[in-house]
Amino acid sequence: MDCYTANWNPLGDSAFYRKYELYSMDWDLKEELRDCLVAAAPYGGPIALLRNPWRKEKAASVRPVLDIYSASGMPLASLLWKSGPVVSLGWSAEEELLCVQEDGAVLVYGLHGDFRRHFSMGNEVLQNRVLDARIFHTEFGSGVAILTGAHRFTLSANVGDLKLRRMPEVPGLQSAPSCWTALCQDRVAHVLLAVGPDLYLLDHAACSAVTPPGLAPGVSSFLQMAVSFTYRHLALFTDTGYIWMGTASLKEKLCEFNCNIRAPPKQMVWCSRPRSKERAVVVAWERRLMVVGDASESIQYKQLTIQVLLDRLVLRRLYPLAIQICEYLRLPEVQGVSRILAHWACYKVQQKDVSDEDVARAINQKLGDTPGVSYSDIAARAYGCGRTELAIKLLEYEPRSGEQVPLLLKMKRSKLALSKAIESGDTDLVFTVLLHLKNELNRGDFFMTLRNQPMALSLYRQFCKHQELETLKDLYNQDDNHQELGSFHIRASYAAEERIEGRVAALQTAADAFYKAKNEFAAKATEDQMRLLRLQRRLEDELGGQFLDLSLHDTVTTLILGGHNKRAEQLARDFRIPDKRLWWLKLTALADLEDWEELEKFSKSKKSPIGYLPFVEICMKQHNKYEAKKYASRVGPEQKVKALLLVGDVAQAADVAIEHRNEAELSLVLSHCTGATDGATADKIQRARAQAQKK
Amino acid sequence: MAFPHRPDAPELPDFSMLKRLARDQLIYLLEQLPGKKDLFIEADLMSPLDRIANVSILKQHEVDKLYKVENKPALSSSLVNADKLAGRTRKYKVIFSPQKFYACEMVLEEEGIYGDVSCDEWAFSLLPLDVDLLSMELPEFFRDYFLEGDQRWINTVAQALHLLSTLYGPFPNCYGIGRCAKMAYELWRNLEEEEDGETKGRRPEIGHIFLLDRDVDFVTALCSQVVYEGLVDDTFRIKCGSVDFGPEVTSSDKSLKVLLNAEDKVFNEIRNEHFSNVFGFLSQKARNLQAQYDRRRGMDIKQMKNFVSQELKGLKQEHRLLSLHIGACESIMKKKTKQDFQELIKTEHALLEGFNIRESTSYIEEHIDRQVSPIESLRLMCLLSITENGDARCSLDTHYGPEHLLTFSNLRRAGLLTEQAPGDTLTAVESKVSKLVTDKAAGKITDAFSSLAKRSNFRAISKKLNLIPRVDGEYDLKVPRDMAYVFSGAYVPLSCRIIEQVLERRSWQGLDEVVRLLNCSDFAFTDMTKEDKASSESLRLILVVFLGGCTFSEISALRFLGREKGYRFIFLTTAVTNSARLMEAMSEVKA
Repeated sequence: MDCYTANWNPLGDSAFYRKYELYSMDWDLKEELRDCLVAAAPYGGPIALLRNPWRKEKAASVRPVLDIYSASGMPLASLLWKSGPVVSLGWSAEEELLCVQEDGAVLVYGLHGDFRRHFSMGNEVLQNRVLDARIFHTEFGSGVAILTGAHRFTLSANVGDLKLRRMPEVPGLQSAPSCWTALCQDRVAHVLLAVGPDLYLLDHAACSAVTPPGLAPGVSSFLQMAVSFTYRHLALFTDTGYIWMGTASLKEKLCEFNCNIRAPPKQMVWCSRPRSKERAVVVAWERRLMVVGDASESIQYKQLTIQVLLDRLVLRRLYPLAIQICEYLRLPEVQGVSRILAHWACYKVQQKDVSDEDVARAINQKLGDTPGVSYSDIAARAYGCGRTELAIKLLEYEPRSGEQVPLLLKMKRSKLALSKAIESGDTDLVFTVLLHLKNELNRGDFFMTLRNQPMALSLYRQFCKHQELETLKDLYNQDDNHQELGSFHIRASYAAEERIEGRVAALQTAADAFYKAKNEFAAKATEDQMRLLRLQRRLEDELGGQFLDLSLHDTVTTLILGGHNKRAEQLARDFRIPDKRLWWLKLTALADLEDWEELEKFSKSKKSPIGYLPFVEICMKQHNKYEAKKYASRVGPEQKVKALLLVGDVAQAADVAIEHRNEAELSLVLSHCTGATDGATADKIQRARAQAQKK
Repeated sequence: MAFPHRPDAPELPDFSMLKRLARDQLIYLLEQLPGKKDLFIEADLMSPLDRIANVSILKQHEVDKLYKVENKPALSSSLVNADKLAGRTRKYKVIFSPQKFYACEMVLEEEGIYGDVSCDEWAFSLLPLDVDLLSMELPEFFRDYFLEGDQRWINTVAQALHLLSTLYGPFPNCYGIGRCAKMAYELWRNLEEEEDGETKGRRPEIGHIFLLDRDVDFVTALCSQVVYEGLVDDTFRIKCGSVDFGPEVTSSDKSLKVLLNAEDKVFNEIRNEHFSNVFGFLSQKARNLQAQYDRRRGMDIKQMKNFVSQELKGLKQEHRLLSLHIGACESIMKKKTKQDFQELIKTEHALLEGFNIRESTSYIEEHIDRQVSPIESLRLMCLLSITENGDARCSLDTHYGPEHLLTFSNLRRAGLLTEQAPGDTLTAVESKVSKLVTDKAAGKITDAFSSLAKRSNFRAISKKLNLIPRVDGEYDLKVPRDMAYVFSGAYVPLSCRIIEQVLERRSWQGLDEVVRLLNCSDFAFTDMTKEDKASSESLRLILVVFLGGCTFSEISALRFLGREKGYRFIFLTTAVTNSARLMEAMSEVKA
């Protein structure tokens, strides 16, 4: 074993470094690394090599090869590059390889060389070509920054949610900047670039000149710049062989160093060990490596969490290992084993050589009903691989019917989706499916589908009532639901139509519908309403005043109140208002008018069908005892006592009650006997009672 | 008077936790928009909100101005668009309560402001109105479900039940009747299964839950109420646990908003009483109070000081409440005699008992002739129709205006009015159905069946369940002997009787015939867990869930049953309802 302190070289005053080989690479490289585009993923992730980059001197007919190795050089994938020239390679935080082509297209590959997708960095980039590109990491994901042939920058801070930003022009920039880098500060992506002796910071709104604090004088250009992985620190290498190290915010200088080498370095990167307080920059030339550092305060965060580690294992298809780690760490099932099994299942569905049945069975056997496993997610993956049948089989294992719906819709199994949505009891889900179906099917089929699903039908009807009245009508028509059609037109007659002709027409349609529905009662009532409307219109024309929209009753009452008794009676006859009702109506109206003369005339017009007690009551209500008494005498024997009590004639009421020998009436009168005035009457009743008992 | 609970009656769980939960969530939502903000509240939400968070709490969280909104989506869009025009930039948040529906977003989108506002849900679904009464304050539930067949609120109910079981432990015994009850129950079960483990192992606090659809018993809800709380509701309308007493009650020139719950000591003693006892009770109470005041005479200074500092405040408070309730009683009596309340009640009883039908019919006809109140006439027609199984051939016509033609059709669809064509006997309906079967149109068949289902078998059910007590002599309303006292001894509320019977049997066993007559053969269920963790105390706590609303009479009846049997009932309702609300929900009103 090596002596611990051996091989250490001093770095500055208080720090030391040493150089030794951690492990040897397994790869068998045929080309010089310098001839390749190289990209190593962070956190000891994979390494991508694209051989034979498009060099002017090489023949274009030879297709380059893209190789992917693990960090230790184990080959993971190798494929012939069939697309256009690549300017830059980089790994995203999800370990996806981003290949930026000269035409601005970015091709995305998985760890195993599987093509995922591609996107474009926009028209401007396509026209002016890509001069240089950087892949960088932000809190949101991974970004791509492009320098175009027109010396403009375009970037996207997150390729997972692509939003292209074209950065503002840098004033006076005629040629490519001597060096540049993408930065991420305060959740915003910037570009820092060097033009001659000047540094510029570009954000999406502005370009501002910046100066590093304490920069040594005499700099006429910056040859290389490097930001640390966390974007906290920045290192600048100038043409004077001077290295400035400070915070990326350019607010503070950490240290400086003059190496006296004026040749531009090939590479400059920050390096520091986890949790170490020492930060250093490694600068590389063709045959020279230099470490520059300081030893001030700094904290490195442990960025690779257990979850990320598991993700990485899953990505490498090391499922059993991942599960063992979960079990060892006793992670809750939902975060641990279930998640890994779900990933495994998602991988499993991509095995095209295995039949649908076998895949579905294998997955179900392994997963069972492990909590936290979403069969619908796995099914979605199967569908993504074009295996619709497998997806449907997998969905059947999904216990929550609501979860099945979105995928079923995507797979255009809308009717099945509808039943599942209904099963879930979630009306919103049903509604979503309905709107889908509505767009997908022709109207007839859509209505037919609804017909078989009463719950969905009512929901859709509710929707139509508020949003699409015409559709509601069509729905009823389709079902030959004449009753509801009738109601629909009735509603239209007062809600939608303004003109009287329109309203009558709507009512006519309603009446026809009611006849078809064999609802004679409603049909007749509707026809009456039409007649009433026409008549009210005539009344308004002839008499003035407001009649339209009054009910039949109110129309009659209004006529009486206006003194048009004849008209009122005519109306009552026309509409066959029952006699009793007309009497009540007239009685109330005349009493309201306090037209006692007319009331008396009316009472004598014929024998009252409602008796005369109501006359007494209504006169008393208007506090007219004099009139009330007139009618009290005409009240029939059954209600006589009540009438007499109403007008306050207790004595006579007592006489009648005694005459009737009616115990209930006697008690009623007795309860009205108050104070001294009725004392005699009360005695009389008591005597009568006593007598009755003797008998 | 004011029957005390049996000494062994179980304690009620503390439901104020629900209020705190709702309040905390509201505050959280308010704090999502830091700084000064204006709050627009939909009119229907004003009273419930007031019960959860008063103005000072809102002010604490920087609510600057409060506005009442009558017309929701239009307002938010006009507000946002006006700001846009004026070049003002503000943040907007729309909070949906109790939940946001897909259609809500659609409306916002149509109004063109979807991108301008952020949306949130205030899952405020249970408002404890009293120690034993939880309301979802969803009066629209009744019309939406029982008329329009809209099932959206069922999920809300399931979530409310889920919340209760997370807070108060699982329910070991579940019973239910009605299509909606069954759906709500199943959805709730699914929710519990999805979140397995949360309630597992918890000791149940409430031993039984009983779910009941309003359409299982329309009759009870259609009757005039004569128990004090019900009568106050019928007369003054209790809204969200409080009532506005007008000048005629307060005997001043001002209206007064009064909270009606167990904390009002006077009210608590009379709320469940038959109205005929209330006045006597109150005057006795007034005399007692006077006597307590009178003790002042002959006190020395020290005693007086004691009296003023300790008793006077309580007495004054009691005095105030007493005079309010006496005022309310007077006002009720004035109104009721005017409308011949006695006659009305007599008719209702005749209908319930099924005698003197002709007389009742002519009474109802007179009611219509007199045009007293369309809503009241409709109510009586429905009562006649259901109790007599669809013989309500009163002459209904345009006399109320065309929109009421639609109201009739609504009532029929909901099963509140079962108008029968002459000769339309069961066989006739059956032949209609068989014709449709060949038609293969499934929707139509369900329609036909539902029209079959809408037949009411009230008379037969009443006999089976003995809803009309045999009366030997006068029914002493001061000392009730059964739940019928809430209807003057004439009728035991059907809903309450069903609950009583099922609880007695701990199942539907032996009630098959009743269930069949209720057309609920597929929707009566029992579910018991074997777990024996439930304490005997919890097994005497019963949560009754009314889907579509319950009346104060039903609440009083079950409170009575609880006292008799040593249970305590807890009520969860989509809203407190009464006959007028039912009728209004079915009415088509010109917009």
